[in-house]
Amino acid sequence: MEQIPLSHILILSSALFFLGAYGFFARRNLITVLMSTELILNSVNINFVAFNKYLYPEQLEGVFFTLFIIIVAAAEVSLSIAIIINLYRKFKTIDIDDTTTMKY
Amino acid sequence: MNNYELYTGLILLLPLAGFITLSLTGKRFTPRGAGILATLLLVLTALLSWVVAYGYFFEFGKQAGIYQPCRLIDFEWLPFTDTLSINMGITLTPIIAMMLIVISTVSLLVHLYSTGYMKGEERLGSYFAYLQLFTFSMLGLVMAFNIFQIYFFWELVGVSSFLLIGFYFKLPAAIAAAKKAFIVTRFADLGFLIGILMLGTGAGSFDIEQIISRLTDPGSSYLAAFTDSSFLGFSTLTWALLLVFAGGAGKSAIFPLHVWLPDAMEGPTPVSALIHAATMVVAGVFLVARLFPVYAISAPAALEVIAILSAFTALFAAIIACTQTELKKVLAYSTISQIAYMLLALGVAGWSKEAAEGYTASMFHLFTHAFFKAALFLCAGVIIHIVHSGKLEDMGGLRRSLPITHIAFLLAALSISGCPFLSGFFSKEAILAATWTSHPVLYVVALLTSGLTAFYMFRIYFLVFFNKKATDEKAHEPWQMALPLIVLTIGTVFAGYIPFGELVSADGMPYKLHVSVLSSLLPVSAALIGILTAASFYAVRNDRPTMFAKSLGGFYQWAYHKFYIDTVYLFFAKQVMDKGFGGLFSFIDTHIIQGTLNGLAEGSYSFSVLIKRMQSGRIQTYAFFFLGGVLLMAILLIIQYI
Repeated sequence: MEQIPLSHILILSSALFFLGAYGFFARRNLITVLMSTELILNSVNINFVAFNKYLYPEQLEGVFFTLFIIIVAAAEVSLSIAIIINLYRKFKTIDIDDTTTMKY
Repeated sequence: MNNYELYTGLILLLPLAGFITLSLTGKRFTPRGAGILATLLLVLTALLSWVVAYGYFFEFGKQAGIYQPCRLIDFEWLPFTDTLSINMGITLTPIIAMMLIVISTVSLLVHLYSTGYMKGEERLGSYFAYLQLFTFSMLGLVMAFNIFQIYFFWELVGVSSFLLIGFYFKLPAAIAAAKKAFIVTRFADLGFLIGILMLGTGAGSFDIEQIISRLTDPGSSYLAAFTDSSFLGFSTLTWALLLVFAGGAGKSAIFPLHVWLPDAMEGPTPVSALIHAATMVVAGVFLVARLFPVYAISAPAALEVIAILSAFTALFAAIIACTQTELKKVLAYSTISQIAYMLLALGVAGWSKEAAEGYTASMFHLFTHAFFKAALFLCAGVIIHIVHSGKLEDMGGLRRSLPITHIAFLLAALSISGCPFLSGFFSKEAILAATWTSHPVLYVVALLTSGLTAFYMFRIYFLVFFNKKATDEKAHEPWQMALPLIVLTIGTVFAGYIPFGELVSADGMPYKLHVSVLSSLLPVSAALIGILTAASFYAVRNDRPTMFAKSLGGFYQWAYHKFYIDTVYLFFAKQVMDKGFGGLFSFIDTHIIQGTLNGLAEGSYSFSVLIKRMQSGRIQTYAFFFLGGVLLMAILLIIQYI
């Protein structure tokens, strides 16, 4: 069976990364921004797994790293959601442009 | 040398103990008790001084017919390196033995006098403590063999003088006078310190005997190195010695540093007698005499400067003394004039046997002057005590009410004028003879001064004791005040008969001062003219003095205002130093230094205002910056690999 070439997987992960980055910079809803960061993290995960598989198939570090990232991302999401809920209670909105009181 | 170490140590320690006791527990003593304690300590000090001086002159001082410096106590005070250390200690030479007698005796008499004069004053404990401190430091000064020790005690003497001038610290004039005395002498001491350092570097030692031996031996390498380079026509050694003399000129009130001494008369009169007439002010003379071999052998140019400056000061002060209207001011200017006389004698002296006559004459005059000037000041104290004023116009006709003072004053005035057979005659003749043989021009100046001295002394004598109808009421001097006067008068009359040349001479060899009738003819007649003029002007009140003053016109006014020296100094201090330099420095401070710092603060503030907009609180803007940074680093990395 012919393998999928590495470049395809990298193109996928890059697409995922830039999608996430676009969402992070352009969206105004905090939940969507949070989701965009998840996309970025997942693109990184794909990279890790792909490189592990294609470059060092006899080792498992890349896979483990991916597992770690998933765990940390889960924890981070719960924390972020807590922050967003608190933000909502204070501002009655989760629009990122309206919550700019932390400044000079 | 049985026990002389102990004696000299005690001479120094007794007044110090008195000072410490009185200043720490002074308030527990009654005023009377403090006076008695201080006087008793001084009695011991004076006795020991006489014993030590006698021992030095007649028992152990002479070796092979020459008086040698004799070091009794020597300990290391400040060890710097193996070769450089500062030692403290006690040494004796003929002039030191003589100074011991002068200081301790006059100090004792002044202590005794003070117990009568200062009766009823406040803070008598402190007064006697200061007197003890002064006596201690003056004795330490003269007995030192290390020039740094001299400097150390020199400053202590200055401090005690400051404290005593400002003793009546509620009078603004006294405070001003104390400050003036301190600042002027400090200014002079700056020169002294530089001189000491130069001398110490040049001779490789601070030990006076070593300095003398190294800098007078023509073959010594120190001397060659020291006289090698010159500046403005004088060798380095001459400059060093002139700077040392500058310190002495400050203490001894030589023009142009004389301005503090007349003002110092604001202090209590016994203090004026002790410090500002008999002892401290001759410290400058003593200093030059102590280093005399170096001056005379290696730097005669420095002596020349001293002679000319002193001759000028002597005449200058004598002229001012003729115009002053306060008793103590006249005496102060007289002191300036007489000390300048002593320095003149040192200045005209040379090293070889005949030429060194001036040295002996100078020390002789120092010795006799201490007696008659102290006597004059103590008389002035009695007079001011009775009249309650220091102004000459308030006095007059006191000849019957104060008989002891009258006689003491008359004898002292005759002595200072150079009346034959009194002590001042012998010492003054010696000075004039020494001047005649070496500097005939300065002799004329000295002779003129001598005539003026007789004139102003008898001017105040007649103004105080005659000039008005004599009052008959007896104003009794208390015995504490009369006794010192009597003792000093005895000294004034008989001190001249001491064979002084046998004891004190430049090289330690006995030397005979000769007074010939022929050479004394001129000075005595000058003095006589002075006395007779004073008598015709002031014995009976008449208008001759005012007529004479008018005929002198501007010159009289000029002299009356002390030749405007004080005014010049004030102008210099206020306009040049205060407004000129002070203004410049204040401009630099406010505009340049402060401006720079303010500018830095302003700059960083406005820069912060400019860039604070970047902290907008928008997370996405921050993310853009972050992205930009990452991209920039990425680009840099890529460029590196291309």
